[in-house]
Amino acid sequence: MKKSESKKSLPDARGYFGEYGGMFVPETLISALQELERGYNRIAGTPSFQKELRYYLEHYAGRPTPLYFASRMTADLHGARVYLKREDLAHTGAHKINNTVAQVLLAKKLRKKRIIAETGAGQHGVATATAAALFGLECEVYMGDLDIKRQALNVDRMRLLGAKVIPVYSGSMTLKDAMNEAIRDWVTNVETTHYVIGSVAGPHPYPRMVRDFQSVIGKEAKGQIVKLEGRLPDVLIACVGGGSNSIGLFYPFIGYKDIELVGVEAGGLGIETGRHGASLTAGEKGVLHGSMTKILMDRDGQIINPHSVSAGLDYPGVGPELSYLKDAGRLKVYPVKDDEALSATVYLSRKEGIIPALESAHAIAFAMRYVPKLPKRSLVVINVSGRGDKDMDIIREHIKLGG
Amino acid sequence: MVSRIDETFGALHGKGEKALIAYIMAGDPDIQKTQSYTYALIKGGADIIELGMPFSDPIADGPVIQKAAQRALGSGTNISSILELVRNIRRAHSTPVILMGYFNPVFKYGAEQFFIDAEKSGVDGVILPDIPLEEIGAVTPYAGKYNIDIILLAAPTSGRNRLLQLSKHTEGFLYYISLTGVTGASKGIDSQVISSIQWLKRKTQKPVAVGFGISTPEQAAMIAEVADGVVVGSAFVKLIESHDDASNDLLAFAHALKNAIKE
Repeated sequence: MKKSESKKSLPDARGYFGEYGGMFVPETLISALQELERGYNRIAGTPSFQKELRYYLEHYAGRPTPLYFASRMTADLHGARVYLKREDLAHTGAHKINNTVAQVLLAKKLRKKRIIAETGAGQHGVATATAAALFGLECEVYMGDLDIKRQALNVDRMRLLGAKVIPVYSGSMTLKDAMNEAIRDWVTNVETTHYVIGSVAGPHPYPRMVRDFQSVIGKEAKGQIVKLEGRLPDVLIACVGGGSNSIGLFYPFIGYKDIELVGVEAGGLGIETGRHGASLTAGEKGVLHGSMTKILMDRDGQIINPHSVSAGLDYPGVGPELSYLKDAGRLKVYPVKDDEALSATVYLSRKEGIIPALESAHAIAFAMRYVPKLPKRSLVVINVSGRGDKDMDIIREHIKLGG
Repeated sequence: MVSRIDETFGALHGKGEKALIAYIMAGDPDIQKTQSYTYALIKGGADIIELGMPFSDPIADGPVIQKAAQRALGSGTNISSILELVRNIRRAHSTPVILMGYFNPVFKYGAEQFFIDAEKSGVDGVILPDIPLEEIGAVTPYAGKYNIDIILLAAPTSGRNRLLQLSKHTEGFLYYISLTGVTGASKGIDSQVISSIQWLKRKTQKPVAVGFGISTPEQAAMIAEVADGVVVGSAFVKLIESHDDASNDLLAFAHALKNAIKE
């Protein structure tokens, strides 16, 4: 498969991916973002930083994660050959650790004493608390009160790791509100604190930095599939909330125009009900949390409270690069509803013995629809971005487990 | 072109006075009340009125303004109703009116349409806290065309070169944030902030007003010694929050602040 001419690398110097991205933040944060960008440019590319990061990813986080041929799922769906990228097997149970270890290592080199983060499902919060413990930094995590209730296990994990979990009671008490509060904390404590954003959303340079740190997923998958099948895949499927696991898988493949990239969004109760988290499918261009991107808003430009059974996809915005890829026609986007994701959780658990996170189950659900339509020799890679232990309370609420 | 904000600072300067810039949230608790509250603030001595445009996700604001925004959204406030309010205020007063709000509602309204309608309504200036110098191109073409001042914010974290940049590009005045934090925080006035403003005043002709976290006449007086204006917001909003009709309290508090910065 041929890689097409690589165009100018994105984002541009102003942090834009086409018309999306930028730095829409209060003046107080500008110097910190510029410092972070300079620090990232100066440090992250150096052989010594890369070597140190590789060390922690391999010996601490458990990378590379396997690319697993899902034989029973393949046989059952009667279509393409299905491979699962097992980010659920990374330390702390999700891909989030790739970014937090890297960012906290960078923060330490920038002499920051304190780490803050926002979290939805709690996976990013746990991964940040873990990295902070690993490098001996103080850590506070903002989490919406609704998410604290529905992801109680992760709250306890963060506390056990020594992080302080700060409940957020404003707005919908979910991920977007946790992010508002983390930004307010950063505005106040910017001189001592590094804000570890867990997604490819937010102001420049975060979308670029988090993408670069997460693209280890795609780089590994590329080498692994070539080794296993002797060629590149035909379709990549990943769930999209803010977009970190999807861009992490897709990024090394973007230049191969024949490889289909599919992002699966939270369809919630259905797009037509307005109760969903599908900002690429149903959102419009606007500014949220520091970047121009596709967001869910009402006719006055007020942000709509999203809905998803999965706390990690319950977000009214998306990373600017995904908005750009969607408009460019490079990324296809489909919504998957709450009940489909729940069914897919049961399906993968029973077909392959893998309990996926509800977020990842959205990607599985789409694959269950799509794989049967593909020719037998085509190759599909699905990102299992996290494991589902954290979701047992929600699953118990919705599904009769029997036995 | 000399704007109404320029004229106000010029006239005050001539009298040896400093400007009291009073912020309240438009539509908190409803648009009619905001109109009478605005009149009370002007009567109390406010030289410039700053009206907040509510947003669902105000990242630079503390809890007091966040709650005010929620009340304003609850009463159905949007850009159209705020512009109509300014039109009504304009019939009675020539006091400059500034709108302050986050960019997304303006973007959704249509940036150019917003400035066309703002000019027609008699708005004098706009403050957009999530539009830093880096993104100013999203509004300056229209603001210039329709004679609305774009007032930029400067922060304690802005380096000296950047302060010069900001004071060069701002219109009307430079809004200096007195603390590293969100609106309404009570950290006290940092001596470094005072010296930074003094440095800036030697370098620029533009008026400098200071806000965020100024809640008492004493603090206002301290700021007025070095700056050209004082912005008070959360303290007024708290009065609105705790009174069914806050008109008399707003008037009295504005009066106390104005007296404190006159001396």
